[in-house]
Amino acid sequence: MDIKLTINGKEIEVPQGTMLLDACRKAGADIPTFCYDPDLKLAGSCRMCVVQPQGWRNLVASCVTPAQNGMVIDTESPDVVEARKVVLELMLTRHKLTCHTCEKDGDCNLQDYCYRYGVTESRFEGKIHNLFKDDSNPFIERDYDKCVMCTRCVRACEEITGARAINVMDRGYHAHIATAFDGELEDSPCVFCGQCIMVCPVGALTSKIAAGKGKPAQNEKVLTTCTYCGTGCTLELNVKNDEIVGVTSNRDAEWSPVNKGALCVKGRFGWDFVNSPERLTTPLIKENGEFRPASWDEALDLAAEKINGIKEKYGPDSLSMFSSARVTNEENYLAQKLMRAAIGSNNVDHCARL
Amino acid sequence: MAQEYRVLLEHADKINPESAADYVKVGGYKGLEKARSMNPKDLTEEVKKSGLRGRGGAGFNAGMKWSFVPQYPETKYVVCNFDEGEPGTYKDRIICQKNAQALLEGMAICGHAIGSNNGYIYCRGEYPFVVEMLKKAIGNAKESGALGEFNIEVRMGAGAYVCGEETALIESIEGHRGEPRFKPPFPGVEGLWRMPTVVNNVETFACLPYILTNGADWFAGIGAKSYPGTKVLTLTGDIENPTYFEVPTDYLLRDVIYELGGGVKGGKKLKAVQVGGTSGAFIPPQNIDTPIDFDSMSAIGAALGSGAVFVMDESRDIVDTINRIAKFFEHESCGQCTPCREGTHRCKEIMEKINTGRGTLKDIENLKVLARVMQKASLCGLGQAAPIPITSTLEHFEYEYLRKLM
Ligand SMILES: Cc1cc2nc3c(=O)[nH]c(=O)nc-3n(C[C@H](O)[C@H](O)[C@H](O)COP(=O)(O)O)c2cc1C
Ligand code: SF4
Ligand code: SF4
Ligand code: SF4
Ligand code: SF4
Ligand code: FES
Repeated sequence: MDIKLTINGKEIEVPQGTMLLDACRKAGADIPTFCYDPDLKLAGSCRMCVVQPQGWRNLVASCVTPAQNGMVIDTESPDVVEARKVVLELMLTRHKLTCHTCEKDGDCNLQDYCYRYGVTESRFEGKIHNLFKDDSNPFIERDYDKCVMCTRCVRACEEITGARAINVMDRGYHAHIATAFDGELEDSPCVFCGQCIMVCPVGALTSKIAAGKGKPAQNEKVLTTCTYCGTGCTLELNVKNDEIVGVTSNRDAEWSPVNKGALCVKGRFGWDFVNSPERLTTPLIKENGEFRPASWDEALDLAAEKINGIKEKYGPDSLSMFSSARVTNEENYLAQKLMRAAIGSNNVDHCARL
Repeated sequence: MAQEYRVLLEHADKINPESAADYVKVGGYKGLEKARSMNPKDLTEEVKKSGLRGRGGAGFNAGMKWSFVPQYPETKYVVCNFDEGEPGTYKDRIICQKNAQALLEGMAICGHAIGSNNGYIYCRGEYPFVVEMLKKAIGNAKESGALGEFNIEVRMGAGAYVCGEETALIESIEGHRGEPRFKPPFPGVEGLWRMPTVVNNVETFACLPYILTNGADWFAGIGAKSYPGTKVLTLTGDIENPTYFEVPTDYLLRDVIYELGGGVKGGKKLKAVQVGGTSGAFIPPQNIDTPIDFDSMSAIGAALGSGAVFVMDESRDIVDTINRIAKFFEHESCGQCTPCREGTHRCKEIMEKINTGRGTLKDIENLKVLARVMQKASLCGLGQAAPIPITSTLEHFEYEYLRKLM
């Protein structure tokens, strides 16, 4: 059953159960959010998405308020604008405002909304909390002096990854994100998947591996498929001057159908080998105990010759194929085909069985 | 001359609250018997008709609340809110200590109305001795057969004020952080363990046996029309008789202070009275000729709330008092939503600044903006009500602020 409501003077129809946030967006209104994340359970806590239903005493958080028939909504009323400005100012009051060196610069909700509402500084006095977490892990920078307490990281960690490494600790103004007993990630159930980085709307959680190599907002993005395993996650290479300088998530299910942006530690952080000078760039052939570079043709010819030689001398079952989870299903299919049809052996195995 | 009118506390100190037999002797468990002879729909209608409204602060019609509970799910819960966290409030403790069986009976009546045999009492963490007493009272009532199939379990809070908010209370019973949930869904539809749940205050439940025994019309005829019945009040502060009273709801605030309360302590002049606990408005002397009922209090910008009455004499420093209240809310904010988590802290900072003579007019301006946004945009009642003492004193006692400015 559809319900009708008016948003900024525009009448629209939405299905029963639609949240005001979606209804407002459908009506073309741009609603700012921090804690809302379409892939996570609702929190309704940042109060940035408030809107004014006509005749109601209080504002409502549009992300958790179901649209009702006959509602008349103003998404930028003076009260709404005042509330959003004050919410931003309250965040700024304790924020380590260092956009010039921040990895999130250019892609930060706090920055964007302050720009949108002309909030240059906070009318309230206050200091940063000194919650920067000096965490020795090699992957994730945890600067909670930039945290807006949206708890998206907590929910992503629990709901997407299932690790439950982090949660809210302490109460009120002293509430902050922490592992159990406020320790380091390494001593928690954290698997360093970086889903928390993916959902963080500000620069509180960033990649240590990519730090300083280029702000993600300014990097060229190239979608590709992760080569670490056969799952085939989509990842977004950050490219600068023809070099990979980072990996970020593309959360659009159309572009990232397998993983919707979620990655594991290898995909998100294990890309710096690409530019390593120690990396092999050609096949190597061992002669007299020494490796020498060779062309692919030469290497493949040599391999074929040896395989055929062994097959002739000892029979096809003296050969076996050991394949990899790092190639695709199709490639694994071809591998066993080669073994069975061309070589004639059923000795096919796979690293995932080990 | 204004007098107490005791219904819930009529037999106070004359019966043993732990004993179901004692309670039966003074007419107890008749209400439950009557309720069980009715079909649940009619029972809910009867309670609705009595006009009984929640005594925990929000003043919602009890029967109406029950009527939102869907019939079909098998598991439903009756939860008694005995968190009693409002400073200066101890009326729920008094009701339990004097008439615990009436609370148990009331919960069982509600259980029959919504189709539940699962009761929980969530008791304030500072009342371990009452928990002991309640457990004995429940044991005794179960043994005597008075409660029938209805079970009641007592759970204890750990000292967080916000756990008196019904959804934070539910989270706490479930073993989670005491943080309020956003509403809807309301507990009546999705409450404890996401099942339909009625949460009512101790006093609300304790009224039910009397409503059933004497009839909805009898109850509706007591006190104020729109908020009928009696109300147990607790007096604190600069008052001659700092104790509790049960009065009809059309009782004047003036009479609470000057008749039952015996007047301001030491014959001093009244400066202000705060009704309903720490989040209540400060009422100036010119407004005390108001009945204490929910709507009359709202009409003067105050709230009956829990029924705490905190009296301040002429020598009290309003700004200092508000500074302390601001500290209380900063400490009790759960930290979930931005306006309250950050706002209560900034309120406290600004109040401290003004109170120590370092404030300016700009600070008062900021306080007003902050208060407005907290009231309009906070997630739960705590953040929404926390600025009320500030706004009400800025309205009635602005000069006390101004004289402390730089
Ligand atoms: C911050 C906060 C604290 C509350 N504390 C209490 C409390 O201690 N006791 C209580 O009965 N209700 C308290 N309430 C009200 C409850 O949320 C709820 O409205 C009440 O238990 C419903 O019962 P009633 O309808 O019988 O009043 C509190 C509400 C808020 C927002
Ligand atoms: S998190 Fe955003 S607002 Fe904060 S320093 Fe970084 S870019 Fe600036
Ligand atoms: S890296 Fe993954 S497992 Fe670790 S805290 Fe972040 S989301 Fe949780
Ligand atoms: S670290 Fe980021 S995602 Fe986590 S609560 Fe803070 S702002 Fe939100
Ligand atoms: S208003 Fe305060 S107590 Fe209520 S949810 Fe927000 S932070 Fe928590
Ligand atoms: S986005 Fe709606 S409350 Fe945070």
